[in-house]
Amino acid sequence: MIINHPILGPRDAQEFVYLGDAALIARPDGLAPGAQEAFHDYLYLRDNPAGLHRELWYHEQGDRSWLVVTRNTLTHEITQVELARDVARSLGRSK
Amino acid sequence: MTQENRISGGQIDRARTLRFSFDGHQYEGHPGDTLASALLANGVRLMGRSFKYHRPRGVISAGSEEPNALVELRAGARREPNTRATVVELFDGLSAESQNRWPTLAFDAMAINDRLSPFFAAGFYYKTFMWPRAFWEKLYEPIIRRAAGLGSLSKLDDPDDYDKGFLHCDLLIIGAGPAGLMAALTAGRAGARVILADEDFRMGGRLNAETYEVDGRSGADWALKALAELRSLPSVRLMPRTTILGAMDHGIYTALERVSDHLPAPLPGKPRQILWRIYSRRAILAGGATERPIAFENNDRPGILLAGSLRAYANRWGAAVGKRAAVFTNNDDGLRTAADLAAKGIETRVIDARKGEEVIDTSGRLGLKSVTIRTPNGTETFRCDALGVSGGWNPNVNITSHHRSRPVWDEAICAFVPGADGPPGLSSAGAAAGRLSTHGALESGAAEAEAALADLGLAAPARDLPVAEDAPIAITPKWYVSAGKGRAWIDQQNDVTVKDVKLAHQENYVSVEHLKRYTTLGMATDQGKTGNVLGLAVMAELTGRSIPQTGTTIYRPPYTPVAMGALAGRSRGQEFKPTRLTPSHKWATEQGAVFVEVGQWLRAQWLPRTGETHWRESVDREVLATRKSVGICDVTTLGKIDIQGTDAGAFLNKVYANTFSTLAVGKCRYGLMLREDGMVFDDGTTARLGDHEYVMTTTTANAVGVFRHLEFVRQCLCPDMDVQLISTTEAWAQYSVAGPNARKLLQKLVDQDISDAALPYMGCAEITLGGLRARIFRISFSGELAYEIAVPTRYGDALIRALVAAGEEFDAVVYGTEALGVMRVEKGHVAGNELNGQSSALNMGLGKMVSQKKDSIGMVLSQREGMTTANGYRLVGIKPVNPAEKLTAGSHFLEKGAAEVAANDLGWITSTVHSPHLGHAIALGYLKGGDSRKGQRLRAANLLAKTEVEVEIVSPHFFDPEGERLRG
Amino acid sequence: MFGSGHYSGFRVIKEALTGHKGWRPAWRDPEPQKSYDFIIIGGGGHGLATAYYLAKQFNQSRIAVLEKGYLGGGNVGRNTTIIRSNYLLDGNEPFYEFSLKLWEGLEQDFNFNAMVSQRGILNLYHTDAQRDAYTRRGNAMILHGADADLLDRDQVRAMYPFLNFDNARFPIKGGLAQRRGGTVRHDAVAWGYARGADQRGVDLIQNCEVTGIRTENGRVTGVDTSRGFIGAKKVGVAVAGNSSRVMAHVGMRLPIESHVLQAFVSEGLKPLIDGVITYGAGHFYVSQSDKGGLVFGGDIDGYNSYAQRGNMPVVEDVAEGGMSLMPMIGRARLLRSWGGIMDMSMDGSPIIDRTDIDGLYFNGGWCYGGFKATPASGWCFAHLLATDKPHETATAYRFDRFRKGLMIDEKGQGAQPNLH
Repeated sequence: MIINHPILGPRDAQEFVYLGDAALIARPDGLAPGAQEAFHDYLYLRDNPAGLHRELWYHEQGDRSWLVVTRNTLTHEITQVELARDVARSLGRSK
Repeated sequence: MTQENRISGGQIDRARTLRFSFDGHQYEGHPGDTLASALLANGVRLMGRSFKYHRPRGVISAGSEEPNALVELRAGARREPNTRATVVELFDGLSAESQNRWPTLAFDAMAINDRLSPFFAAGFYYKTFMWPRAFWEKLYEPIIRRAAGLGSLSKLDDPDDYDKGFLHCDLLIIGAGPAGLMAALTAGRAGARVILADEDFRMGGRLNAETYEVDGRSGADWALKALAELRSLPSVRLMPRTTILGAMDHGIYTALERVSDHLPAPLPGKPRQILWRIYSRRAILAGGATERPIAFENNDRPGILLAGSLRAYANRWGAAVGKRAAVFTNNDDGLRTAADLAAKGIETRVIDARKGEEVIDTSGRLGLKSVTIRTPNGTETFRCDALGVSGGWNPNVNITSHHRSRPVWDEAICAFVPGADGPPGLSSAGAAAGRLSTHGALESGAAEAEAALADLGLAAPARDLPVAEDAPIAITPKWYVSAGKGRAWIDQQNDVTVKDVKLAHQENYVSVEHLKRYTTLGMATDQGKTGNVLGLAVMAELTGRSIPQTGTTIYRPPYTPVAMGALAGRSRGQEFKPTRLTPSHKWATEQGAVFVEVGQWLRAQWLPRTGETHWRESVDREVLATRKSVGICDVTTLGKIDIQGTDAGAFLNKVYANTFSTLAVGKCRYGLMLREDGMVFDDGTTARLGDHEYVMTTTTANAVGVFRHLEFVRQCLCPDMDVQLISTTEAWAQYSVAGPNARKLLQKLVDQDISDAALPYMGCAEITLGGLRARIFRISFSGELAYEIAVPTRYGDALIRALVAAGEEFDAVVYGTEALGVMRVEKGHVAGNELNGQSSALNMGLGKMVSQKKDSIGMVLSQREGMTTANGYRLVGIKPVNPAEKLTAGSHFLEKGAAEVAANDLGWITSTVHSPHLGHAIALGYLKGGDSRKGQRLRAANLLAKTEVEVEIVSPHFFDPEGERLRG
Repeated sequence: MFGSGHYSGFRVIKEALTGHKGWRPAWRDPEPQKSYDFIIIGGGGHGLATAYYLAKQFNQSRIAVLEKGYLGGGNVGRNTTIIRSNYLLDGNEPFYEFSLKLWEGLEQDFNFNAMVSQRGILNLYHTDAQRDAYTRRGNAMILHGADADLLDRDQVRAMYPFLNFDNARFPIKGGLAQRRGGTVRHDAVAWGYARGADQRGVDLIQNCEVTGIRTENGRVTGVDTSRGFIGAKKVGVAVAGNSSRVMAHVGMRLPIESHVLQAFVSEGLKPLIDGVITYGAGHFYVSQSDKGGLVFGGDIDGYNSYAQRGNMPVVEDVAEGGMSLMPMIGRARLLRSWGGIMDMSMDGSPIIDRTDIDGLYFNGGWCYGGFKATPASGWCFAHLLATDKPHETATAYRFDRFRKGLMIDEKGQGAQPNLH
C-alpha cells in the first residue's frame, strides 16, 4: 500500500506502523466521574467497519508523524490522509 | 548424437550446440531451446509421472502452464524440484532428472496406483482409514506421506544469493506479445516511463510461435523490429525473464526476474533472481491466453499436447513431437496447427468436433501410438504419435482477479475475460482481454495504451497500427467426450478426471470451491491454468446450469510459483536482522567476551578471564568484584529519549504513573509507565537536566515502542503541549560504574567534583571528561554506589578503555549482562521476565506508585476489580530451603501435599540466579497473595523435568534491603 | 439415520467395484423452513460444529445453519491446519486441551476421515528469557493435564537436523514440544461436521446471507436473510471475521477488529518435515501436508481489512523467517497464498457468551487460533445455546472480562488486536 503523507508525499506503507481506529484520539478524561466505563468503551470497543475506516498510522521509518488515514477496509483504497495532530485539535484536544 | 525430431526453421541458433542430460542420458540442443523443446527434438516424449496414479506423462504445453513435464533441475545444493521443462532455458551442461518415480521413469513401481484407480476416486481418503483409530497415524498416513510430493529438495542450504529491488514507472505492461509490444510502442513514443515485462526469455509472445505475417514480415521479425525501437527509447525498460507475480494495492506489482537461471550458476557477484516491487501509475495486462484441452479417454499420454503448443514447438523451436500427427479441435485456431505442421512436411489429420468428430480413445503406454476417433461415418483407429488438442483459449485473467474480482463469461470465445472491478489502474489488452486475433491484440494494445496515456496526462502519438490477421476463432463448445468407461483427464498433474467431477456432483460438492477442494482440481503446481475452466464446464453440464451460473474460482498470487529464497532476499543467516553493536563491542571482543543477542543488539554476556572454564566462575567473579570494589558495564542499549519544552513536566505526568513535574532540576527519578489497560509497559529512570529538559531512559526491549507511544500521546492526545521528543539511544554511549570505589574511579576522569555533597544519590549533571562534554547520573540498578556516565557515541570506545585504565588500581572489572542480572535479582528489581505485559504495578509491588491525583495513561483501568484483588499475584523473593538446591525459572508454586493440578497452581518463578554473596540460588516470582505468604514454605515444581524444590517465600530484596550501599 | 450413509473402508471397496454409483450427497440443500428453534449464523467450522453438537450431544432439533456463501468457505478452509493445546493461561488452557481431546476422537465420532495427525508441534526458543517463559508454559500445560516437553538444542537437532544451527542470527537453544499437537485436513473438518449435522436433521442453508436480526421486547425473534425472514427462538452468531458486521445489526460494538492473515503453501515435495515447527525469532511456522506441500504462515498484515488478501511485506517477512530458520528451502517454491479475515480480539482470546438480547448468543474473537478450537468451540457454544450456561472450560470467555480487568492476554500485548 502507499500512503500519501501530507508533508512527505507518497510513501510505502511499510515505512509505517499501524495502531488502529482513529477514535483512539478521543481519550476520555481520567478524572471525570464514570471514567472506568468511558475508558472501557474507549479502549476495547470498536466499530470495525467494512468500508471506510479512519485509522492511525505512525511514520516510524520517516518523520514520526502520526497520521489519520481514511481507508476502505474492503478495497484498501485510501481516500484521505491527515496529520493526527490536526485531527486531534479539530476534535478539541489541546494539552 | 541425433536430434531425430529436429525439423527446419525456428528461432534457435543451430551454429552452436549445447550438451545436456536427462535421467543420465546425454543429448544435444541449441541456444534458444527450452529443456522441453530440446527433449522433443531428441525424440523424448516421456518426461514425468503424475501425482496420484503415476501415469507416464510428457509435455502438454510450451509455457508456464505446464502441469506434466516437471523435473529436478541441476544437482547438489542447487537442485530445483518441480521445475517445468517448458520454461527452462537450455544451457551447456544442464542436467535434469525426472521425479516422482521409482526406480526409473519408464518403469515406475508406483504405477500400481493406476491399476487400483477405482479405489482412489476423488475424496476416497475421507471415507476410510478411520478404523482402528491408531492405524491412521501408525500405518495409513505414513504410507501416504511417503508417496506424497513430487520432486525432492536437496536438504542443503541454498548457495545462491537473491536480491530485492524497487522500480517506478508510469506504465507497467505485463506481457510482450503483440498487444504488449504495441502498447509499449504507443506509450514509449509518448515519452511515458514504461516497463515491459515478460516471463519468456524471448519477447514477442505468440508472434514467435506463429507463421502469419505482421506488416508484411513474419511476426517474429516484426517483434524484433518493435523491440529494437523500444530499446532506443530512453524511457522504456525491457524486462525479459521477468514474471509479474501479483497485483498488490495501489498500483504496486511484484515481479521476479530470473537473472541467472539460464546459466549453469550465477556469475560471481550476481544474484540468482531479483524480486522487484514495481510502483506503477497505470498498468496493462497483455499476458495472452492459455489454450485448454478437451477431455477424452486416455487424453494424457506423452505425445498429446495442446494444439497451439504443438505448433509452437514446430515453428519456434524446429521440434516435431512425432512423425504422424493429428489435431482434435473445436475451433479454427486448431486448424492452424494442422496447416503449419503440414507445411513442415508432417502429415496431419484433423478431427473437428464441429463436424461431429471426436477422439474417443488413445493407446501407447509410454507415448502415444494410436488414436481412435468417432465420426459420423463410424469409429476408426489410426497410428499417430503426436496429437494436438484445442478446446479454445482462456484469457490469462489471473492477475486481474488478484483483488478478488471475478472474471466474466464471454460467450463469443467461450471463455472468461477480466471482470470490471479488477485492481484499480489495471486494464487488459489482447488475448488477455479476449481479443484473440493478432489485429485485435495490436489494436487493443494501442487503444489501452492511449487510454493510459490520457490518465497520465500525456499526449498519445498518432496511431500507427501494423496490418495483421483478424480471423475469428469460430469456436463451438466441446468440453469432454462422453464415450466409454475409461478416464478422461481434466487436471493432469493431480489426476482429476471427468469421473471425479461427476462423483463430486453426485455427493453434492457442487459449489466450485467444494469441487476444487474435494477433487483437488486446480491445486497442483500449475494452479489449474489448463484444467480449471474445463472442470467448471463439466460441473455446469452435470448441474444443468450455465458456466457463469456455476461460477469460477479466482486466482491468487503468485502467478507462477516463486522460490522462497527470492522472497527472503538477503535477509537470511547472519543477515536475517540487522546487528546492533554497542560502543564497547570492539574492546569487549578484544577481551574475548561472550556475547548474547538482546533484541537486535549484541551485548557482552560475561568476560571470561584466563583459567575460567565455566561461565559461573566469570559471572561470580564479576559480581563479587563489583560489590567489593568497582565494576563497569555498557548500558548503551537502554533507550534514551530527550524530552524538551515548557510542558515537558506535564507530559511526563501524563505518560508516567508517578509524578515528574515536581522533580528538581539535577535529579533523577524512577518512572513507571503503564499501558492504557493498566498493565506495566516499561520502567526506567528519567532525569531533569533543566527547567524544560528531561532525559528518559527505557528498557532495551521497549526503546522503540516507548518512543512511538510518547509520540502518540504528544501528537494525538495532547497536540498543544509544548513538548519535543527525540530518541538519543544511539547518540550517547553510556556506562554504568558501580561499587564502593565507583566514585574514586570516576573522579579520576571527571573534571567536576562528584562527591556525595556535589552529586548526591539520584543526582544528575552535565559534566566534562578532560573537556569532553558528558552526562552523569547517580543511579543504581546493582544496589551499589553507582553512576551512569554518558559521552557522545563516537567516544564510547575511548571511554571504556579510559575507565578500565583508571580502574586498574581498584581491580575494577567489566561485567556483562549475566552479572547485571544477578545483581538486579539480589536487589529485587523487576526486568524482562517480570515486565511480561501481563503484570500490573500492584503485581510488582509498585501499586503505590500509581498516582490517583492526576490523569496518567493506564491509571483508570489499573483500578478495575479484577486487577486489584487481594489474592492476585505479587512479586516475591524465593530461596531454596536447602541452600544446595538449584531453582528453575518457570517452575510453578504448589502447597506441600497439593495435587499437581491447575487448581492448586499458586504462581511461578520468573527469574533465578546464583547469588555469590549469599552462596545459594535466589529467585523472583509471582505468587498469589504473595504479600501474606512471606515465610511460608512451598514447592517449586518443574514438572517438565519432574523435579521440585522446597522453597521459602521471602522479600524480593535479598541484598542490602535498606539501600545503604547506594547512598554511600 | 438418513443422508449419505456410513463411510468405511469396506464401503469404499464395494463402491469401487460397482462404479461408485452408491455414493449419495454428503448433505442436502434444503429450502429454509419458516422457523427453527436454533439458527446458527455462519456455516464455517465453528458454526457447523455447533449445529452438530447441538443435535448430537445436546439432543436438540429444529436447527438451521445459515451460510452466505458455501459451507466451510471461511477460515476453516483458509488456515495452516495446526492443532495444539500449548496455551499458558488458566482461562485458555482447559478449553484448548478439551478441544485437543475432541480432535483425538473426532473422526470416529463424525465418521469422516479428517486426517487428524498428531505428529507434534515444536516451538523453538532462542534466548534464556524465552526458555523461562516456555518452562512456565510447559508446566502450566502439564498442570492442566496436557503434555509438554522442554527440549534442549541437541534434542531439537536430533529431531530436525536441517534447521539452521550453525549460521543463525538468533541461534536455536531449544524448544517446547507438544507431541499431541499436529495437523488436520482443514476442509474435511467442515465437511465432516456438515455431513454429521445433516444426518441428524440440521438444515444447512447455503447462499443465504443474514441481512438483519429481529428482536421484540429485548428478545430475538428471527433473522432477515437474502432468502426471506426465518424465525428463531435462539440465534447463535459464529461468523469470525464478520462478527462486527453481523452484530452491528443489533447495534452491538465488539472488542474485536477484523484483520487479514495470509497463509501459504509450497509446491509438493517429497517428505521433509514431520511435525509442526514454529520459529521463535521470526514470524514463521511450518508443517508439511500429506500431499507434500509445505504449509506455512506468519504474522497478520496488521491493518483492519475485510479484503481476504494481503500485501507483500508480510509475505517477504514470512519468507525471511523461513529462510533464516531452514536455508534449505530456498529453492522450494511458494505455490499459493490466501488471506482469511481474522476476528482479532482485544486480548487475543475468544468470546463465547450471551448478549444483552435474550436468545442472541455470540461466538468470536478467535484471532488466528480458531481452527484448533473448532471442536471445543462448537461444543461449548452448543452447551451455552442449549443450557444457557457456559461450558466449564469456557467460563472465562465473557464479554465483561474487559470491564472487570480479567483479560486473557497470552502475549501480554494489551488492547491492541494486531499484536496478538
